[in-house]
Amino acid sequence: MTDWTNPAEATRASALEMSDALRAGAITSVALVQAHLDRIAAVDAAVHAFLHINTDDALATAAGVDADRAAGVGLPLLAGVPIAIKDILVTKGMPTTAGSKILEGWMPPYDATVTTKVRAARMPILGKTNMDEFAMGSSTEHSAYGATHNPWDLDRIPGGSGGGSAASLAAWEAPLAIGSDTGGSIRQPAAVTGTVGVKPTYGGVSRYGAIALASSLDQLGPCARTVADAAALHEVMGGHDVMDATSLDEPVPSCLDAVRDGATHGLKGVRVGVVKELSGEGYQAGVKQRFEEALDHLRAAGAEIVEVSCPSFQYAMGAYYVILPSEASSNLAKFDSVRFGLRVERDTIEKTMSATRAEGFGDEVKRRLVLGTYALSAGYRDAYYGSAQKVRTLIQRDFTAAFEKADVLVSPTTPTTPFKLGERIDDPLAMYLNDVATIPANLAGIPGMSLPAGLAPEDGLPVGFQLLAPAHEDARLYRIGAALEKALVAEWGGALVSKAPELEETR
Amino acid sequence: MSNLRRADVARLAALARIDMSDDDLDRLSGQIDAIVDAVALVSEVANEDVPATSHPIPMSNVHRVDEVRPSLAPADALAAAPEAEDGRFRVPRILGEEA
Repeated sequence: MTDWTNPAEATRASALEMSDALRAGAITSVALVQAHLDRIAAVDAAVHAFLHINTDDALATAAGVDADRAAGVGLPLLAGVPIAIKDILVTKGMPTTAGSKILEGWMPPYDATVTTKVRAARMPILGKTNMDEFAMGSSTEHSAYGATHNPWDLDRIPGGSGGGSAASLAAWEAPLAIGSDTGGSIRQPAAVTGTVGVKPTYGGVSRYGAIALASSLDQLGPCARTVADAAALHEVMGGHDVMDATSLDEPVPSCLDAVRDGATHGLKGVRVGVVKELSGEGYQAGVKQRFEEALDHLRAAGAEIVEVSCPSFQYAMGAYYVILPSEASSNLAKFDSVRFGLRVERDTIEKTMSATRAEGFGDEVKRRLVLGTYALSAGYRDAYYGSAQKVRTLIQRDFTAAFEKADVLVSPTTPTTPFKLGERIDDPLAMYLNDVATIPANLAGIPGMSLPAGLAPEDGLPVGFQLLAPAHEDARLYRIGAALEKALVAEWGGALVSKAPELEETR
Repeated sequence: MSNLRRADVARLAALARIDMSDDDLDRLSGQIDAIVDAVALVSEVANEDVPATSHPIPMSNVHRVDEVRPSLAPADALAAAPEAEDGRFRVPRILGEEA
């Protein structure tokens, strides 16, 4: 039983346990938010998960929830439970930078739809989390404000681009966080921090007010420490929005029901497909071992394991690094020194733009904008952008064929456990390989989840297990994820993240 | 295929409106060329029989109801501008001396 009067214990509870405790009167939202703010003050100098702490507004929201609860007003499920928001979402009253110098100190004049939904759910917003600049990266080392450190080993990457959101969960600074996933930026950080992350079906969550990276790939999703917590947040975030023309006009998936189903009824009759191309060479031994053990758990829960082949996946990385830079080169044209952000003044507007973008963008952004400009330029467009779009069709066909043989597909989320900060910073191609297993889902628009599979024996660092489902079948991830999590947690005697080494608290 | 030479990268950077110093070009040209090499294999499999996919979940004619709704006030829209004047964004001159 959690001692809710002890802040260290309160911050280690799951979001749904916090929700129960708030309803039962075991703790107030103000006390819960203060416990998290204190934890952030104590450890974030070392972790650097946050770019901005939203102290006063978070406490005011919490006080409002406490007052309404005392007055017997009906409240949403997660009312009073704090949350962290990736700095890619615009937030009125909080600076929004997307990890870039070009937006340093920018105060957005409006809220993203997901920000509005979080506020409507009465969840106190603790702050904005660090990320690779404009979500371009897999380690947060491309943030203009310095890298986030992995709470499991402060010398290692927390994943990216959403390393700040994932690290805030693993460091017990927040029970829930919002992420965005263009090629794995929710799932890969979840994998390397021992947490849970979900990329919903393309269009399942509104992107209005999310600073766009690659519009045909981007999707917002929940980050959490348990599958059930992710489900609860997914239900808060999801749903149709007329302000986003790519938003799906269909009901929010019943994620929490799916979690209960998976945890209660097992997986009899479920076919799980192991993707042949997402294993083997380049995958670390301990990653493969924990992956195989997770398959044994699924088998024990009643699932049938089959092998599927997706031969076009070998072209996914190439297609992704054509499509993403192409779309980004268009989306980032708005950073032009005119309406918001940095301006480096020169005698004409054109020189001003070029000087501003030179100073405001980091190297990874420059690399990708040049690459995208090339892929879309006359004479090369068909060879690069056109071909990449055809590869996309082939990858969708691979998935369609695979989902005829299996209800969900599985793979390790990342080929390796988290590497050392600095190890791949000057080798873009090595950095891109982090996302080899997560990129196909974005190209095809299908939903995916990463959940902890254990610690690699050789280095004691977290391994992620990826589940992929057909488009619109997000609930399957939660059903099967919950069944697997239940078996693994029983084996570990608690959530994997509770085995992370204690961070030194400084004040 | 490829390859992007240093001069090509300089030209593309100018198109993308990013000033690049000699140092920038020294550092970034080789890396960008290596990325182009790595992605070029997409053209291997993309034959004429394969249709292109632009969006993963196709939708067309997406409209919302045509109704008046609150929008950004001019002062809010201008609040974060580097320079504003008379309710408008102010920018340096558009034409150079030679124009």
